[in-house]
Amino acid sequence: MNKVATNKQNTLAISPEEIRKLAISSRIDMVRRGWYKFSRNTLSMVGLGTVLLIVFLAVFAPWVAPYPAHAGPFTDFAHAGEAPSSAHLFGTDMIGRDILSRVIFALRPALIMGVVVLGLVVPLGVFLGLVAGYAHGTWPDTVIMRITDIFIAVPALVLALAIASVLEPNLTNSMIAVSVMWWPWYTRLVYSLSSSLRNEDFVRSAELMGASNFHILFREILPNFWGPIFTKMSIDMGFVILLGASLSFVGLGEQPPKPGLGTMVAEGADHLPDQWWMVVFPALAIVIVVLGFNLLGDGLHDLLSEEKG
Amino acid sequence: MRFLYFFVRRFLHSIFVLLGLSVVIYVISRIVPGDPARMAVGYQAPQWVVNNMREYMHLNDTIPVQFFYWLRSALSGDLGISLLTRRPVIDDIRQVFPATLELALYAGLIMAIGGIMLGTLSAHHKDKWVDNVVRVFAYMGIVTPAFVFGIVFTLVFGFWLNWLPTIGRISPDLTSPPVVTGLMTVDSLLAGKPLIFIDAVKHLLMPSIALAMAGLSQGARITRATMSDNLGKDYIAAERALGIPERQVLWKFLLKPSLIPTVSILGLDIAAAIGNAFLLELIFSWPGVSRYGVRAMLAKDLNAISAVVLILGLAFVVVNICVDLVVGILDPRIRLSAQRNE
Repeated sequence: MNKVATNKQNTLAISPEEIRKLAISSRIDMVRRGWYKFSRNTLSMVGLGTVLLIVFLAVFAPWVAPYPAHAGPFTDFAHAGEAPSSAHLFGTDMIGRDILSRVIFALRPALIMGVVVLGLVVPLGVFLGLVAGYAHGTWPDTVIMRITDIFIAVPALVLALAIASVLEPNLTNSMIAVSVMWWPWYTRLVYSLSSSLRNEDFVRSAELMGASNFHILFREILPNFWGPIFTKMSIDMGFVILLGASLSFVGLGEQPPKPGLGTMVAEGADHLPDQWWMVVFPALAIVIVVLGFNLLGDGLHDLLSEEKG
Repeated sequence: MRFLYFFVRRFLHSIFVLLGLSVVIYVISRIVPGDPARMAVGYQAPQWVVNNMREYMHLNDTIPVQFFYWLRSALSGDLGISLLTRRPVIDDIRQVFPATLELALYAGLIMAIGGIMLGTLSAHHKDKWVDNVVRVFAYMGIVTPAFVFGIVFTLVFGFWLNWLPTIGRISPDLTSPPVVTGLMTVDSLLAGKPLIFIDAVKHLLMPSIALAMAGLSQGARITRATMSDNLGKDYIAAERALGIPERQVLWKFLLKPSLIPTVSILGLDIAAAIGNAFLLELIFSWPGVSRYGVRAMLAKDLNAISAVVLILGLAFVVVNICVDLVVGILDPRIRLSAQRNE
């Protein structure tokens, strides 16, 4: 802040070098203020902490999990179906594998699913939304938006199940299935934002100056939407993982003996009520993962919408 | 007249969506590797049978022509033969659909009534403990998958407390009433058997509440948000200043405009619920479309899969038309703008 004030007094003598420095320092300042606001909200911080913890556990699973070998085709019938104890905090499953270790390893496919699906869906959905919004009222708009109508007209889980089932059941195909269902939401989000921006002065003047369509879409219009897109991505991360867990609950995700959160719940459901821990801990893990990303997303939403106003 | 126009437009749009959906379904059912004719006749059948079957299934024609034949028979109610049950798919669907309809109907009711009531309660006691409890509850309802609710309910209310039955539509020692509507709760009342009715309701409670949780929570959150926004508006202050009783302000003038976003989002929630019914029917051994669908999916029974997706898409489209109608009734602006756009 000080730097800005002192530099303002001799603006005439300012060099391009200094302008660049000022821009950087003001950006750092913005981030710092943003972080201050974000960190004042307990729930947002809980969300951030949860997400960081989940990522840490998933990345370092082989070192963090008490029994890394149990995440594969391991059997130990001497310790099958044991209740939670100090040796096995979450208990063991019907063939003696440590549930805690399997839950930690199951975070990996869950996170991979979220990252890959959003990595595919966001660029595609955003691009189509930009094009449709900028071409508002012409045929690309009609074609793109009517196609999104069709995909939104079926429950995501139903069509994802159908796609995943006609392909081989595995993690890759379940990611494909979820991606096919997810892109229209980004198209709709960006469409509604960009169709209202396309008559703004800055877009009109770029057009008059002969800017290319590429420049207008990606340099003039798109930068206005990073806030809502990031917010949605954070919240969606949780819901993609939830949908993935639902698919793997039916057996259309990560295949045994590799652990998947949904698969573990489904396996455990056969042993209710006696071996309740087989269901409760993986289910709890799903809830915590989705909750963490949701809290983080809500925190981002508050932060970014406040900054606008 | 305006309303009719709005309705017709909405209806034509739905037909277009369904047509598009059937294209998508057709593509999905054709991306599967292997010869559908070979799959239909079995692996021991001689080649000439396969060739005849190919001819019969129009597989020698181009894809658009094939699609046309498929659509024509689908429109006349012929969705092919299920590989799994060896019966016409349409008969199978007709048999299992009422169970799902009943589940979805009760879930939808719980969703709408529960969500609106909780949201109103929350907005009325904004920032007090009631509000906080409702908000935490709603948050958990949104982030918890329906199948987790299903299993936790089974564990707690079914096994530990032993209050409610965990599988099926009625207890095995009761005989189901003669099928009239296919809805167990309605049929039992029509047959004059209150005991069966109570039993059926008991079986419905857990799956329908588990199914409704996400939509209920979403509804509560949105109702709360819109209501507390509207509470700060001038017309409410004016009504209070005029001395209109608080209860009347709340229920008569505040609720109706506040319901519009809730009802519009309810359509999406019901869509999600139809999807989640897939998992809950498995958990509760509910003999509905979804359980049929999952079995078809695991057996790669393409005719049955296409039919299930098509039926559920149709159900969803119908629900959304109803939702739009309700929103149109609640909000005159939408009707009018639909006309002005032309």
